[in-house]
This record gives sequence, C-alpha cells and structure tokens, in this order.
Amino acid sequence: MAKYLLIESRDPFDSSDSGYFSELVQGISNRGNETTLFLVQNGVLPARKGSKHSETIAKLIKGKVKVLADGFSLKERAIHNLADGLEIADIDRLVELLLEPGTKAIWH
Amino acid sequence: MASGKTLTIAIMDAPYESANSTTALRIIHAALEKGHNVNVFAYEGAVNLTMKAQQPHPNPVKGTSVEQEQHPTTKDWIASLFKLAGKKSVKLDWVNCGLCVDERGAGDWVEGPRRGGPKDFLDASSASDATLVIPTK
Repeated sequence: MAKYLLIESRDPFDSSDSGYFSELVQGISNRGNETTLFLVQNGVLPARKGSKHSETIAKLIKGKVKVLADGFSLKERAIHNLADGLEIADIDRLVELLLEPGTKAIWH
Repeated sequence: MASGKTLTIAIMDAPYESANSTTALRIIHAALEKGHNVNVFAYEGAVNLTMKAQQPHPNPVKGTSVEQEQHPTTKDWIASLFKLAGKKSVKLDWVNCGLCVDERGAGDWVEGPRRGGPKDFLDASSASDATLVIPTK
C-alpha cells in the first residue's frame, strides 16, 4: 500500500477536469492506497456546505479518502460552514504530509 | 533545529498571476520554519519572482500611497526566506532556469538564487525526501 497526497488547487466550477481529478483520487483509494486530498486556493470552494460540488467531497470521504482544507484559503473565501467530515488544516500539515516517507504527491 | 530532511519544489508561474506563487512561498516558508532544507527550481515565468528591480506601487483607484498600500513583492518575500534559512541554519537552494532567464532578460536577482538547469532539479529531487511540482494551469 502506497501513500498518496493529492493537492487540488482548482475551482470545479472553473475547471472541468476537476471531476476527473476526483475520479483519480477515488481510484487511487479504491486500490487500497492511503489517500489524502488537500484542498487549497480555489480548490476549497467545494468545502462550503451547500455547494453543488460538496457532494463530491462527501463521496470521497465515504470512499475512505482523508480530505483536508487549507484554513488560510477558507478564510480568504469566507467559508465557515464546512461540508461534513472535512478537516481544516494549515500549510504546516501539508509540509508534514509531503515529508512522510514513501508519499507520492500530485498537484492539480 | 535542523531536521535533516529536504523538500524540493518546482514552480513555473510568473509573479502576480496565480495563487500558486503565494502557496509555493507559504510551503517553502513553513518547511524552513520546521528546520527542513528546501530546494526550489524556478522554471519558465517563475524566474521573474526574484527580480531585484521589482517595486511596490500606490493604488490610484483608492488614492492610497505606496506606504499605505503595503504592496508585497515576491523578491522581498524570497529575500526574507533566505534570511529565515540562515536563522534556522538550514539550506535554501533556489535555482533559476538559465535558459528561461535568458529568454526573459530576467537575470538581475536579489541575493541568494543561482543559475542552473533541469539537471539541477533532477539531482535535487533524487537527493530529497519529497518533491512537489506545481505546474501552471
């Protein structure tokens, strides 16, 4: 089992390939890999409860993906009411995850 | 205290264009604060991040002065990262892609960065504990 850290920086309303990235994340997890999705920049927009794309986040969490959202990016976008199961993290946490041995990191 | 770990980051976005630059600088700052060494490979437009002649500006729309605006420049941010690395006794190795620099006439930098090429990125990545590539959109 490998460790994957996938970083989503794009707004799914703006970037149509965000859907494919979510599928990639779920696919990696389905193969038994420890999978973390870190939302940053406009990638945090689906973290707002009630957003159409928050359903994608909920599905990933149900699919055993750990989903984190950058607190700085959330504050910048006035996102306070978060989708269920999503965890707020800071950039220190991202650095820790990057440096965990064996982690493969992919930025989108 | 130095951790002995090294993070390598490749960045490509030109300054003042994408939030990627801000996030990359935040990651570098956090890694240095934690005592990690950091290698940066600035490719394409990212070689402009370290240009010494960058100047903050007033905002004529709001009628604010340079001082009031407190406009941050990437070269000041990066200069402060080099200072932080020195304070933490860790290494920040910032490589600007030489061909990208020549194409853009972007060779006058703040103190710290050095000229290099993709081989430097490969070597840095091979010797690092982690590598993150932040591509342009």
